Amino acid sequence: MKNRIRILRAERNWTQENLAEAVGVSRQTINAIEKEKFDPSLPTAFRIARLFGHPIEEIFQFENGNS
Amino acid sequence: MSKKTQRSNNLKRLGFWTFAWTLSVALASFGGEFLWEGNQMLNAAAIGLNLFVGILMILANRRLIENLDELEKKIQLESMGLTLGLTLVVGLAYSLLDITNVIPWDAEISFLVIFMGLCYLTTTFLNSRRYR
Repeated sequence: MKNRIRILRAERNWTQENLAEAVGVSRQTINAIEKEKFDPSLPTAFRIARLFGHPIEEIFQFENGNS
Repeated sequence: MSKKTQRSNNLKRLGFWTFAWTLSVALASFGGEFLWEGNQMLNAAAIGLNLFVGILMILANRRLIENLDELEKKIQLESMGLTLGLTLVVGLAYSLLDITNVIPWDAEISFLVIFMGLCYLTTTFLNSRRYR
């Protein structure tokens, strides 16, 4: 699943640590989501979307063939 | 309480109960020989204490895992699954080596415990690296 978290985070000058704390996950998890090595659960994806103030589909894009 | 503080407390709690369980294993193993000269009642009490502290250690571990986030839980699940499978397969093969007298020594449970620990450490390290 592709996502725009890194871009949105950079626009707000947030560190991975800041975002991790706000979402309630570890920094490693944010890093893995940004690098598209790990797909977040639906509740986490919604929490991220709410934090950035965007609809979830503007942040996460599902790609066929990817897990 | 923040998630970080909660995790740190859970880790400390698990460390404490793991240490207590190790001490209770030592007490149950050597108490009869060095402290109460083979008194069976005290031997049974020491083993009972060992079981009780062991259960508290398991509960502390469950609490720690419940507090992990989804990626950390995934890493733990993969590591524990691999450790369980490898321990079962290697442990039984090791036992068969003893039963069929391919190895001249007895297949001690302590080897299996050491193998399990090393396996869990290695798989957790490798799985954590995968998601970096």
